Amino acid sequence: MKPFRTHRGRVVPLDRVNVDTDQIIPKQFLKRIERTGFGQFLFYDWRFSAEGKKNAGFVLDEPRYSGASILVAGKNFGCGSSREHAVWALADFGFHAVISSSFADIFANNSTKNGFLAVLLSEDEAAEVMRRAREMKDYQLTIDLEQCEVRDDQGLRAKFPMDDFVRHCLLNGLDDIGLTLQHEAEIAAYEALHPMPPSLQPAKA
Amino acid sequence: MSSKRTLFEKIWNAHLVAQPGGRSPIIYIDLHLVHEVTSPQAFEGLRVSGRRLRQPARTVATVDHNIPTEPRGTPITDLIAAKQIAALQANSKEFGVRLFDMDSPDQGIVHVIGPELGLTQPGMTIVCGDSHTSTHGAFGALAFGIGTSEVEHVLATQCLAQQTPKTMKIDVRGRLAEGVTAKDLALGIIGQIGTDGATGHVIEYAGEAVRALSMEGRMTLCNMSIEAGARAGMVAPDETTFAYVKAKRFAPRGGEWEKAVEYWSGLPTDKGAGFDKVVEMDAAQLSPFVTWGTNPGMVAPVTGRVPDVGGLKESERHSTELALQYMDLEPGKRIEDIGIDRVFIGSCTNSRIEDLRAAARVARGHRVSAKVRAMVVPGSQAVKRAAEQEGLHQIFLDAGFEWRESGCSMCLGMNPDILQPGERCASTSNRNFEGRQGRGGRTHLVSPMMAAAAAIAGHFTDIRNWKFQ
Repeated sequence: MKPFRTHRGRVVPLDRVNVDTDQIIPKQFLKRIERTGFGQFLFYDWRFSAEGKKNAGFVLDEPRYSGASILVAGKNFGCGSSREHAVWALADFGFHAVISSSFADIFANNSTKNGFLAVLLSEDEAAEVMRRAREMKDYQLTIDLEQCEVRDDQGLRAKFPMDDFVRHCLLNGLDDIGLTLQHEAEIAAYEALHPMPPSLQPAKA
Repeated sequence: MSSKRTLFEKIWNAHLVAQPGGRSPIIYIDLHLVHEVTSPQAFEGLRVSGRRLRQPARTVATVDHNIPTEPRGTPITDLIAAKQIAALQANSKEFGVRLFDMDSPDQGIVHVIGPELGLTQPGMTIVCGDSHTSTHGAFGALAFGIGTSEVEHVLATQCLAQQTPKTMKIDVRGRLAEGVTAKDLALGIIGQIGTDGATGHVIEYAGEAVRALSMEGRMTLCNMSIEAGARAGMVAPDETTFAYVKAKRFAPRGGEWEKAVEYWSGLPTDKGAGFDKVVEMDAAQLSPFVTWGTNPGMVAPVTGRVPDVGGLKESERHSTELALQYMDLEPGKRIEDIGIDRVFIGSCTNSRIEDLRAAARVARGHRVSAKVRAMVVPGSQAVKRAAEQEGLHQIFLDAGFEWRESGCSMCLGMNPDILQPGERCASTSNRNFEGRQGRGGRTHLVSPMMAAAAAIAGHFTDIRNWKFQ
């Protein structure tokens, strides 16, 4: 996993609440067996017509937001399906982080596994970032994971919460599986105390 | 910590493997269910890092999300879907996973076959790369959906590092009225607490109305927990649970069974144990519900109307207006005046035998409206066989419903079963998100009885006034 320390980038506002993962990456694109290449399908049904032509007016495609790497959206971002493809699509499109006043649990979990930040701000702070991104030209934010802080050049500073261990993994780009396997002795001890139920033993064909 | 513990706390504590300083606790996973859509990248990850499955026997796979529901043996015309199915077949073989494949008599939606095979048992931790894994909580198990990275993590370690969730009790007093089902209870709860009302929490459903539900009703209720944002939903195991699990293929037998029941009997929440949040509801206040918007919290009683946007907060008004625009509905329109084009009876929410019995009871002796195309998709091959033995399929076919093979089908439209743009569907599934059942399609979530009645009437109608034949 690529480490995340500090990121500065242009902010694009997606002024909708309850953005579900079916919108982030519609189901017709879940059939790939790779982790890559999902960015072109991000928010597909909002960005493209049924014939595959670009819809006019979707905020991601406005020239003033081109190259944006931080998305700010309404509450309950990433609700619905567990598809990690949603995070893969956001990251592949070029985003490094999403800011919202609340995230669905599975989406937030999936983010941390991909070096992608789900930045939780208060409702007022998220609304203020949204407003600035809408109203200011080339609005940029710095997301500082070491300080757990977002800040802009206009004086906005806001702290965000992050589990210490998750932060440690993100800062260092650590592989979760390797870390768990450091507890091999404890896992083996647990398994010795809790043997496989006989009914689950592989069937003799 | 108090010595009084909740059902969740008992299961959580029993599965703690390690509590490393400064890191989320590591818990053991008893059962890992796998399907074709969220697993290929996880198996690929194992291959890349040279890892094997730690406990292949605790891993069970099936194909459900993208398979066609035409008669088995019909070639799969979607080549990308076929490739994904082939990948699961190859991965199951390579890593030694038990797979209930397309042609297996045990194939079905992963959340239908787990319980019906007796794989799902009280007190277990169960995960799957699918948000509706919450279904299995009906047995008093801790069951939750995970992403593909976590699928890989469980395959490799049989464990997960998880932040300890908060607990929430939803206490439903009284009894559900005739015609008001577990689905309506679920929709009523989400309508009340919102689609993020339980974020970060594990819900325990309790109270007389929940106790009175059958196992299948409890599965429907727990299934929809994720639509309220919950990490998981659970119901304490009781005699209803034990009677359901007993003698299932993977259930404990003989002396093991007695020991298991004794253990399971100690799982229910201790009297006086505390929850982080408590919600109380009155079952008698609930009626059959119909969603009118683009998330499951946008719901109204069948006797109600599409809401007015006038009184709403700015942020809610915006999303409600967008939803009504997408759904092509006018504020104030009577729900019963909404006409439909399609009906889907199926999904991990409502495709079990009791759901099909309820829908068939409504359909018996009637005809599907000439302007409606209606399909019934059993949740599993076992459900399909049972329904055919009871003659339910004949009732559906005589009434003009299509009777199809098992799978997730039009719940998410990854297979050819999709809505056309602008089509309006009464669906027994779990999500009415934009485009969920097909781009431009409009989904209204209802119970199986309400869906069958809508198919016949051509519009939503209050099942409590139905003329059963």
